[in-house]
Amino acid sequence: MSSTGPGAEVVLRLDRISKSFGALKANDAVSLTLRRGEVVALLGENGAGKTTLMNILFGHYLADDGGVEVFGQPLPPGKPKAALAAGVGMVHQHFTLAGNLTVLENIRLGTDALWSRGHGGARAKVERLSRDFGLAVHPDAKVGRLSVGERQRVEILKALYRDARILILDEPTAVLTPQESEALFATLRKATALGLSVIFISHKLHEVMAIADRCVVLRHGRVVGEVDTHATDKGQLAALMVGGELSLPRAEARVAGEVLMQLDRASTPDRGTVPGLRSVSLALRAGQITGLAGVSGNGQAALAEIIAGLALPASGSISLRGVPVARWTPGEALAQGVARIPEDRHHQGSIADFDLTENAVLESYRSRFSRRGWMNWRAAREFAQGIIRAYDVRCPGPETRIRLLSGGNMQKLILGRAMASDPVVILANQPVRGLDVGAIAYVQSQLIAARDRGAAVILVSEDLDEIIGLSDVIHVMSQGRLSPAFVRGTMTAAELGLWMAGQKFEGADAA
Amino acid sequence: MRLEPVANPSAARRLGLPALALVATLGVAMGLALLAGANPLAVLGQIATGALGSKLAILETLNRATPLIFTGLAVAVAFRAKLWNIGAEAQLYAGAILAVVLGTGVLGSPWVLPVSALAAMLAGAALLLGPVLLKTRLGVDEVVTTLLLNFIMLLFVSYLLEGPMKDPMGMGWPKSPALIPEARLPRIVEGLRLHWGFALAIIAAVVVWVIQTRTTLGFEIRAVGQNPEAARFAGMPVNAVLVKTALLSGGLAALAGWSEVAGLKGHLSSDLSPGFGYTGIIVAMLALLHPLGVIVTAIFVAGIFVGSDAMSRAAGVPTYIADMLMATALLFMVLAILLTRVRVVRG
Amino acid sequence: MSAVIDILISASFWAAVIRIASPLILATMGELICERAGVLNLGIEGIMVIGAFTGWMAVYQGLPLWGGVAVAMAAGMMFGLLHSTLTVPFGLSQHVVGLGVTLLATSSASFAYRLMLPEVTSPPKIAPFQPLNVPGLSDLPWLGDALSQTALTWAAFAVAGLVAWVLYRTPLGLAVRAVGEKPAAVEAQGLSVTGLRMGAVIVGSGLMAVGGAFLTLSAFSSFFFEMVNGRGWICIALVVFGAWKPGKAVLGAILFAAFDALQIRLQQTPLGAALPYQLFLALPFILSVLALILMSRRAEVPAALMVPYNKGER
Repeated sequence: MSSTGPGAEVVLRLDRISKSFGALKANDAVSLTLRRGEVVALLGENGAGKTTLMNILFGHYLADDGGVEVFGQPLPPGKPKAALAAGVGMVHQHFTLAGNLTVLENIRLGTDALWSRGHGGARAKVERLSRDFGLAVHPDAKVGRLSVGERQRVEILKALYRDARILILDEPTAVLTPQESEALFATLRKATALGLSVIFISHKLHEVMAIADRCVVLRHGRVVGEVDTHATDKGQLAALMVGGELSLPRAEARVAGEVLMQLDRASTPDRGTVPGLRSVSLALRAGQITGLAGVSGNGQAALAEIIAGLALPASGSISLRGVPVARWTPGEALAQGVARIPEDRHHQGSIADFDLTENAVLESYRSRFSRRGWMNWRAAREFAQGIIRAYDVRCPGPETRIRLLSGGNMQKLILGRAMASDPVVILANQPVRGLDVGAIAYVQSQLIAARDRGAAVILVSEDLDEIIGLSDVIHVMSQGRLSPAFVRGTMTAAELGLWMAGQKFEGADAA
Repeated sequence: MRLEPVANPSAARRLGLPALALVATLGVAMGLALLAGANPLAVLGQIATGALGSKLAILETLNRATPLIFTGLAVAVAFRAKLWNIGAEAQLYAGAILAVVLGTGVLGSPWVLPVSALAAMLAGAALLLGPVLLKTRLGVDEVVTTLLLNFIMLLFVSYLLEGPMKDPMGMGWPKSPALIPEARLPRIVEGLRLHWGFALAIIAAVVVWVIQTRTTLGFEIRAVGQNPEAARFAGMPVNAVLVKTALLSGGLAALAGWSEVAGLKGHLSSDLSPGFGYTGIIVAMLALLHPLGVIVTAIFVAGIFVGSDAMSRAAGVPTYIADMLMATALLFMVLAILLTRVRVVRG
Repeated sequence: MSAVIDILISASFWAAVIRIASPLILATMGELICERAGVLNLGIEGIMVIGAFTGWMAVYQGLPLWGGVAVAMAAGMMFGLLHSTLTVPFGLSQHVVGLGVTLLATSSASFAYRLMLPEVTSPPKIAPFQPLNVPGLSDLPWLGDALSQTALTWAAFAVAGLVAWVLYRTPLGLAVRAVGEKPAAVEAQGLSVTGLRMGAVIVGSGLMAVGGAFLTLSAFSSFFFEMVNGRGWICIALVVFGAWKPGKAVLGAILFAAFDALQIRLQQTPLGAALPYQLFLALPFILSVLALILMSRRAEVPAALMVPYNKGER
């Protein structure tokens, strides 16, 4: 019997795990086994139940039913400490690092008894682990000053420091360039060669094919398939994942019109470790979708803020139809026909305890639903009802508080609100993040329709497939710099990846 | 334990839990009465009769409720915008000072009352403007600055009463000269000891309610309070809204002091307010920040205080029981309100 | 001017500075622990009152002085438990709960005082802590007088040292610093966010109460209403002024006490007689506001201060 591979010892067994949140069955009798030295991919769409499953395994949630066994021993539910002690290490999608502490302090946190003095030798162990696994990071650096890639290394070191034998990585590549992802895969291969086992959560098919031995596909909280990666292909996985042939809209090329919005050598100051804009020039044309690709935290937020009217560049200018703007606020942007779909629909795009009517008129209450400071709630309510009907927002009515809506329905309301003013420029910042496939297709088709009506759309996304599928021209952002415009069909994902990593910029700068 | 949102709280949940909070407060009251060696039910009864048992008692309660409606409104307006104005006490005294400055002969009838009211509101508003600008410009927490201003203001009042504003006829007592008759608020009904300040407080509550529900400013105040980031993204001038909220809140609190001086006392002394500014926080929270609710809770809170005074004389339970009950009610109520929206689950 | 210099070089002035600073240091350390763990404790003012009252009453009832300190601490911890139960697992507004705790603690002290001493017009006195005779130190010229302090003052400075040591040198302190910055990090490492935060608030409240007890057991010898008089709010300003660091907060408390001691002495000079005494009394509060303004741009606020943590929402 070999020590790794199909016959190897089972290190983790999830047995018929079920978990409901209210009416939603997040996990429905999910079972999974993981063997020594194996990488198992947990594949599924957003909302398929992957993260819930792992949170149960790690003790953050209590399962309604089912059990977890690690190295043959049942794991007591609801105790992260027990999972850690049993050798399970988790790298969360949103890092769990304290920025005011050093790398070493973050790694040691919780490893010594609270009422002890703590023991020595931690530094040596961290240094050895970072050598063995290829995870370069300085132990005394303040975590708040590290890049996203470095923080992820700290997260992995945290797990390894606790002698984790099972690593769970939740969407680890979402924040990495393709090249950084390769380095992560190298680390994972070293880990499995040393006998560790990995659960790799993702919805990116090519990554799953590249790194996983086996793949478990979740849909609507249930396991819908389990396949060896060398015995399958992307098409089969995709079909399992979405459960049908639902294809996303692809925009056909169009002839672009006049420049509606233009940024000219716009620069903004850095914010901590996040770079500001470095002399960015960008033209948004009528009848065109401009895709903005890049790893998050490379200046997209600063650019989006300028377009949305939240900030003016520190130097450089922004002009609309050739006229430079001087006063630039969200209200001014709205008045000029700039519609905004914000990156964070919960914190920026909506007010959770406001009802749909109030949320619908958030941007237009002054111009359209009030006179001399008096609100016209009747008109506001009719407006909200119009959006609900036209955009198929599933809800009991306009008096519903928006917090009770699903992400997709919330986004439809925000979309309807944005489109209601017949915008000439549309900023769509991560418009489909976290939505189910049906809602994604709907939102994307609306963006295409707006383009076909002659609007200039700028699509900011970390998902290269989305960018390539929808954009007429593509720019890449890296370290606050903007690449040249690439016309549809001239670039592959790999080439864009080199731009995302910043390598091509050096070449361009030198030339 | 973990908190899980309740999607559509039932009416029983929304009304029952706050009612339970009040019942629990009554329970604490009885416990305290037992501790003091008195008969719990008798103590409750004496508080009730002390507050409502006679025409005189009712009028006393309504008089006591008047400044509480104003400070309660001031707090309710500010807290709606998550502007933590804990300085209603200082703003109250600012209003009281203006009532004396303009009401002792500088102005005569018919201008003195409207002008001094307006000036009082401006003074209260100006007093809150500082902390709010420090918050919006420099990020200084307004809780601490407004609290500290209360102490500074009380010392300033003490200075005025022993110096420039001292009543020469006061026989050494630190009090201001009396207002001229034209500067006094008349009684609502001749012969009944209830002044027009009470009616003005009710009108103020209705005005605030209309502002909150019917105007763009009210919409903005609520939006800024619930999610300033979304409000800013939607194009609301968040800082300007906070400043307007502060002006409204400070002005309302100042009216409390103005009406106490012009309606009840007729002069200013440094014991004008037994903590009306702080009690306003309780009034506002018990009313769930609803302006019309403030009227009800202010009368309730005033009744507890007036009733406790009477009960204390009769039953020997210290009158501070009223302050304890109010603090208890506040804590029970915020917990009850939370539990209408979430339930506690294991895990 | 020379009058000021005379004051500044006198040993009795510095003895007063250290005495005035002591309760501020104790309560500031208490608030600092709470805020480092992510909880703003506006109960501080009331908790100081309850500490002043219970410590004094315990000694008046016959307990030794240190017994009074222990009773005050226990009373403070009870209110800390109340505060943290409402603000941590239930995640209620730390502003509202803190003010509620202050109102409840203050009124409880008044109620209990009237209950236990219904008839008295002036509060009875107890025999307070006496200055400690430290062999060798007390005989030194100038320094001996300046450091002629009670055991509770020495304890206050020892507590500050202990807080700094625990925060920066032990696993417990590491966890407290982490939980005020990023509670999810603490939970991911298998520690209890609720436990750490509640523990910090309870211990911190205990220290605040001892700070209050200092007033009745060491500074004065009896209890009267309004004796805390805004010191709690000043301590909150001192935490900000000290940038959430124990050492800087102690320096801030001493600086603050120096101004306070100076204004008391300046009142007795010709200059002081010319100005209203209320201006001098207002000085501590004005200074606190100025300190907040001064530090506003530089402060390194714990990132999760006032942010409740609910396991379900990450």
